Amino acid sequence: MRVPLGWLAEFTDLLSAEPEDVLAALVRIGLEEEDIHRSNVTGPVVVGEVLDRVPEPQTNGKTINWCQVRVAQDGQRAADGGEAVRGIVCGAHNFEVGDKVVVTLPGSVLPGDFAIAPRKTYGHVSDGMLASARELGLGEDHSGIVVLSRLGLHPEVGDDARSLLGLDESAIEINVTPDRGYCFSIRGVAREYSHATGARFTDPASLPTVVEGSGFDVTVDDRAPIRGNAAVRGFVTRLVTDVDPSAPPPPWMAQRLRLAGMRAISIIVDVTNYVMLELGNPIHAYDADKLSGGLTVRRATAGEKLETLDGQLRTLNAEDLVIADDSGAIGLAGVMGGASTEVTETTRSVLIEAAVFDPISIARSARRHKLPSEASKRFERGVDALISAAAAARVVELLVEHAGGTASPIGSQLAPVVHAPSIVLPLEFPEQVIGLEYSPEEVVRVLEQIGADVSRAGDVLTVVPPSWRPDLSIPVDLVEEVARIVGYDKIPSRLPVAPPGHGLTFAQKARRRVSDSAAAAGLTEVWSYPFYTAEENAIFAQSAAAADLQVRLANPLDAKAPYLRRDILPGLLEVAKRNASRGFTDLAIVERGTVFRPNGTELVVDPLPVGGVFPGAETIEALRSTVPGQPVHIAAVFTGNAVPKQPSQPAEKVDWRKAIEFVSQVAHSLGVVPELEQASPSGFHPGRTAAVYAWVDGERTFVGNAGALHPDVVAAADLHGVVAAAELDLDVLIAAAPRTGVAMGLGTMPVATQDVSLVVPESTVAAALLAAVREGAGELLEDAVLVDDYRGTGIPEGSKSLTFALRFRAPDRTLTAAEASAARNAAIAVAEERFGATVRV
Amino acid sequence: MSDVTAVNPETVSAAVEEALAAIDAANTIADLKSVRSRHLGDGSPIVQLNQAIGSLPKESKAEAGKLVGQARGRLNKAYAEREAAIADAEKEATLLAETVDVTEASFAWRPGARHPLSLLQDQVCDIFVGMGWEIAEGPEVENEWFNFDALNFDADHPARAMQDTFFVDPPSDHLVLRTHTSPVQVRSMLERDVPIYVLCPGRVYRTDELDSTHTPVFHQFEGLAVDEGLTMADLKGTLEHFARIMFGDEARIRLRPAFFPFTEPSAELDVWFADKKGGPGWIEWGGCGVVNPNVLRSGGIDPEKYSGFAFGMGVDRTLMFRNGVTDMHDIVEGDVRFSQQLGVSL
Repeated sequence: MRVPLGWLAEFTDLLSAEPEDVLAALVRIGLEEEDIHRSNVTGPVVVGEVLDRVPEPQTNGKTINWCQVRVAQDGQRAADGGEAVRGIVCGAHNFEVGDKVVVTLPGSVLPGDFAIAPRKTYGHVSDGMLASARELGLGEDHSGIVVLSRLGLHPEVGDDARSLLGLDESAIEINVTPDRGYCFSIRGVAREYSHATGARFTDPASLPTVVEGSGFDVTVDDRAPIRGNAAVRGFVTRLVTDVDPSAPPPPWMAQRLRLAGMRAISIIVDVTNYVMLELGNPIHAYDADKLSGGLTVRRATAGEKLETLDGQLRTLNAEDLVIADDSGAIGLAGVMGGASTEVTETTRSVLIEAAVFDPISIARSARRHKLPSEASKRFERGVDALISAAAAARVVELLVEHAGGTASPIGSQLAPVVHAPSIVLPLEFPEQVIGLEYSPEEVVRVLEQIGADVSRAGDVLTVVPPSWRPDLSIPVDLVEEVARIVGYDKIPSRLPVAPPGHGLTFAQKARRRVSDSAAAAGLTEVWSYPFYTAEENAIFAQSAAAADLQVRLANPLDAKAPYLRRDILPGLLEVAKRNASRGFTDLAIVERGTVFRPNGTELVVDPLPVGGVFPGAETIEALRSTVPGQPVHIAAVFTGNAVPKQPSQPAEKVDWRKAIEFVSQVAHSLGVVPELEQASPSGFHPGRTAAVYAWVDGERTFVGNAGALHPDVVAAADLHGVVAAAELDLDVLIAAAPRTGVAMGLGTMPVATQDVSLVVPESTVAAALLAAVREGAGELLEDAVLVDDYRGTGIPEGSKSLTFALRFRAPDRTLTAAEASAARNAAIAVAEERFGATVRV
Repeated sequence: MSDVTAVNPETVSAAVEEALAAIDAANTIADLKSVRSRHLGDGSPIVQLNQAIGSLPKESKAEAGKLVGQARGRLNKAYAEREAAIADAEKEATLLAETVDVTEASFAWRPGARHPLSLLQDQVCDIFVGMGWEIAEGPEVENEWFNFDALNFDADHPARAMQDTFFVDPPSDHLVLRTHTSPVQVRSMLERDVPIYVLCPGRVYRTDELDSTHTPVFHQFEGLAVDEGLTMADLKGTLEHFARIMFGDEARIRLRPAFFPFTEPSAELDVWFADKKGGPGWIEWGGCGVVNPNVLRSGGIDPEKYSGFAFGMGVDRTLMFRNGVTDMHDIVEGDVRFSQQLGVSL
C-alpha cells in the first residue's frame, strides 16, 4: 500500500512531514516498511502566461509555435534568477494567448530523469518547455499541454506549479500484514498513525449526513454459502446521472492516484479508485443504461460464462459469487466487473456499487481465476462492513464535483452484517501474557482508541471490536492491541531458566561427529537440492519397483524434476560437475541429508482434523503414519587426483579404494567396524564395489554401497576418469554404533608374530578368507592383517596368494614358538577346509 | 730417530708430539685409522719405546714404564676424542646434505571443510543446549495438519493455495514439503512433557525460484518454550541473550508488531548489527511471539494452565548478513570454495 503523505495529512496531523519519520511511526505500531517514493519532478516548474504565440510551419510539414511566456510577475525575476519572459518553442496547439500553462524552466527535471535545459530547435533557443500532463507524470494525456484554467485552476504567474499540482508530494509504501486489512486505506493508515503518535484522527467515513438512495432493486440469493458465511456483508448502490465521462480528473486526484501506484484512466474510474484508496471499500461503477433490471448477488451456475473487463471470456465455477441482472452474470463479485456493463466514454448515467463480500468466497474466486486485483486483495483481508454507505456517498460527491454529475435519489442499501463478538477480557490478562503491568485505565483507553466498545464490570472488560477489525475475536487479540499501542519497547526483558536438559541426543552427536571427521579427512561438505527427475532416482535404485517408491510433487518448480531424491549421489554428481566446470576437478565432496523413501503403505487422512483442537492420540498417530520414511544419508564423491602431483611424488588418481576408505573413516568415527561384501549394485562398477553391512541389535544390516561408479553413470554426469562414490544410511550406522564401550585388558606379555601366505582361487574374497583365518587361529590371535596379494610366477593360473600378518599374544605367559605355530596351523586348517587354501612355500 | 731407542723424557715426548700432530691432522675416520697403525700400532715409536723398557736396567724400568704408560694413555685419549669429533662432523655434514624445502610439502595436503550453514546450525544448537534447551527434529515431508492446521492457519489461508507451498502429489494426501520449522513445535508438544524448551533447526521449502536472495530450499531454526507463566518478557530476554552470544555483548534487539497465525501477540525481530553493509543498523532477523492458544490446544496442552513463546530465524539469512555473503547462489550451488572459505571457523 502506497500512501501519499498529503492525503494522509487530511485525516491526521503529521508530526513530521519527512517520509522516514512517518514510516518509523507506522513500523513501531506494526506496519512493515517497504519503500519511499519521492517526487520525481524537481527544480523550477512554474505557472506561466502565454503572451504571444506565432505559428511557424516547418519543412517537415509540422507547425510549431514560437511563444513568449511570462514566468514571473512584473518587477520579479523568474524562479531560477533568469528573465521574466521566455521564448519557448511548443509543438502543441491546444492553447491560446492569455492561457496559464505549466512552464518547466531550465534546471528542472521531469519523470524519467528528463532534464530541461535551453535548447536550440527550429531556429530558436527554447528557454524551457510547456508541459503536458504525461510529461509531468500526471497521467497519460499527451494530446496537448496542460491549460490550468481547464482544470479549474487560476493561479498567479510565477506560482510554484509543483505544489499547485501536488507534484512535490512524497508517498510511503508499507506492507500490510493479513490481519490489518483496513490499512489498505488512507483511513486505516491515518488511524494507525494516530495510534502510534497520539496525533488527531478524523475519520473520513463519518460524513455529516449520508443520503440513502432508494428504489433500486438488489437481492441476495446465496444457495450455497461457503463455510456457512454470509456472502454479502454490505451492499449500497447510488445512481449519478448527467456525468461527463471525458472530464479531466483534478490534478491533485491524478497526482495522488499516481503516487498510490495507479494510473489515471477516466474520471469515473479514477473516482472509484480514489474512494477505494481513501476508505478501503472497492467500488464498482456500472453504465446504468446498460443494466437490465435490478441486481442479484448469487452463486454462478456451473459452466456459466462471463466476459470480464480484461476481455477474457471466463467459465465460472458454481462456488463463484456473481452479480447478475436480468441478462445474466455481469460481474465476478469482488474480483472483476463484466464487459457488458462497463463504463465508457459515452456513459452518462453511473450506478455505483459499494459492497462488502465474504473474504473466503472472494479469495477462492480470485485464486481460481488467477485474478488478484486491488479489489480482491481488500476483500480477502476483510473490509469494514459499515463503510459502504459512506463510500458510495463519497463517490457521488466527487462525480458531482468533478464530472458534472447529478446525484439521483435512486439507489439501495442492504442491512450490513457485522462481525462483532463480545470478548471477555479480565483486566489482569494483558500482564499475564506480556509480562508488563498495564493499568485498567490504560487498557480501556487503548481499546477505545482502536474503536472498540468497552464496558467494565469489576475486573472484567467486555469488548466489542470495531467493524473494521474482523481480526479481533479472542482475548489475546486484544492483548496484542494493548501491547503494540503502549509499545513493544516497554516490554521488560527476562531470561527464563529452562529445567536441566539432556544435551544433544546420541544421534545428534553422532551426525556431527561423522561430518567433522569427514572434514578432517579432507572432504568438503556441500548441500544440494533434492529435486530429481525419475531417471536420477532410478540410477541407484535396486529395482524398478524400488525406484517407483518415490515422492512426487504436485507443483514442482521444474516440471522435468518433480521427484524428491531417494539417494544423495545424483545430486552430488551434479555438484561435482558444476565444480569441474569451474576448474575444480580434484574433488572429495560429501553431503549429509534427508532422502525420501516412501514404502507405499503410508496412510492418508482425509479430511484433516480441524486445527485448534487436540484431535486425540489415535488421530495423531494416524497423521504421523501419513508421512513417508525420511532417513538421513551420507554420501561422498571423489574425482580426479586423490593426491596431486607434487615434487618427487607423482599424482595419485582416485580409485575405488577412496570410497572404501571413506566408509571406514565414517564407520570408525562412530566406533562401528563395517563389514564389506563384493557387490554389483545399480549405478556402480560391477566388479569394484562393496556392499557395506553393520550389526544392529544382533542383525547384520545393509548400510550402503561404496566403490567406483559405473562408467556410464560417470559419462552421463559429464565427469571423467574414475569416480569413486559411497552412499550410506547414516540412521542405520548410528543404530549400529556402540553406546558404551566395554574395556578389555591390555596384554603386556611379549608378542609373537607369524606370516602366512595362502594360495586360493582368484574369486575368493579376502575379507572372507581373513574371517576364516581369525576363526581358526583362536583366542591367542590378537590381530590379523592382509599385507599382500600376489599373482604370477610360482602361483597357478587362476589363483592368488594372500599374505596375512598374524599377531599372537597370551594374557598370562610368553608364547613359545610351538604354541604360535600351532595356532597358525589351526588358522590354515580352517582356510583350507572353507576355501581350499594351500600354504605357499 | 736413532737406531738405538733410548727411553728418556725427550724421546717419549718426541714420539708423543709426533703422534698427536698426526691425530690432529686426520680429518676422516679412515685417516685416523692409518694414524693409529703408524703412531700407535706395532712398530710405531711409542710401541718401540715400550719394548725398549724390557732391556733397561732393573732400577730404570719403573720410571721408564711410568713415562711410556702415561704417554700411551695420553695418545689413546687424544685418539678417542678425535674419533668422536670426526664422527660428529660427519653426521652433521650428512644432515646438512639432507636439507629440503619443507614448504613444498604443504601443497600436498588438501583441506576439508564443513558447510557453513551446517556449522552455523551447530553453533546455534550449542548456544541453546548451553541454556538447558534440547534439540527437536521433524520430517521435511510433513502432513499439512502439522504444517498448517495445528498452527492456526485457516483452511483458506493463502499459503495453502500452492503459491508458496510445495504439495505432494496428489494434494488430497495432504502432504507438503514443510514451509517452516514450526510443525516441529506441534510435534514437540505432542512428544514431550511440559515444561518444554526446544530448538528445532532444519531444512524448509517454498516455491521461490533461485535468485540472489531467494532459494526454494533454505533453513530455519525455531525456538519453542512452554511452561507455566511464560510471557512476552521471557521471549524478549531469551532473544536478547541469544543475540549477545551470536553477535557480541553490544548486540541489541528490537521487537516490532507483526502477524503470524501461530502467535498472538506476534513480533518481527530486528537485531542491531554493527557490521551491516553501509554502516551499523537494524537488520530483520526473524519472527516471534506468544504461542497462540489454538496452537497449544492442537498440541494437547491446556492454554489455561500453560503459556509459551516461539521464535524463528533463517539460517541462510543469518549467514548472509553475518558473514557478508551477497549471493544466495554461493550457498546452494555446492562450489567447494564456499565451504572451504567459511566452513572451517565459527
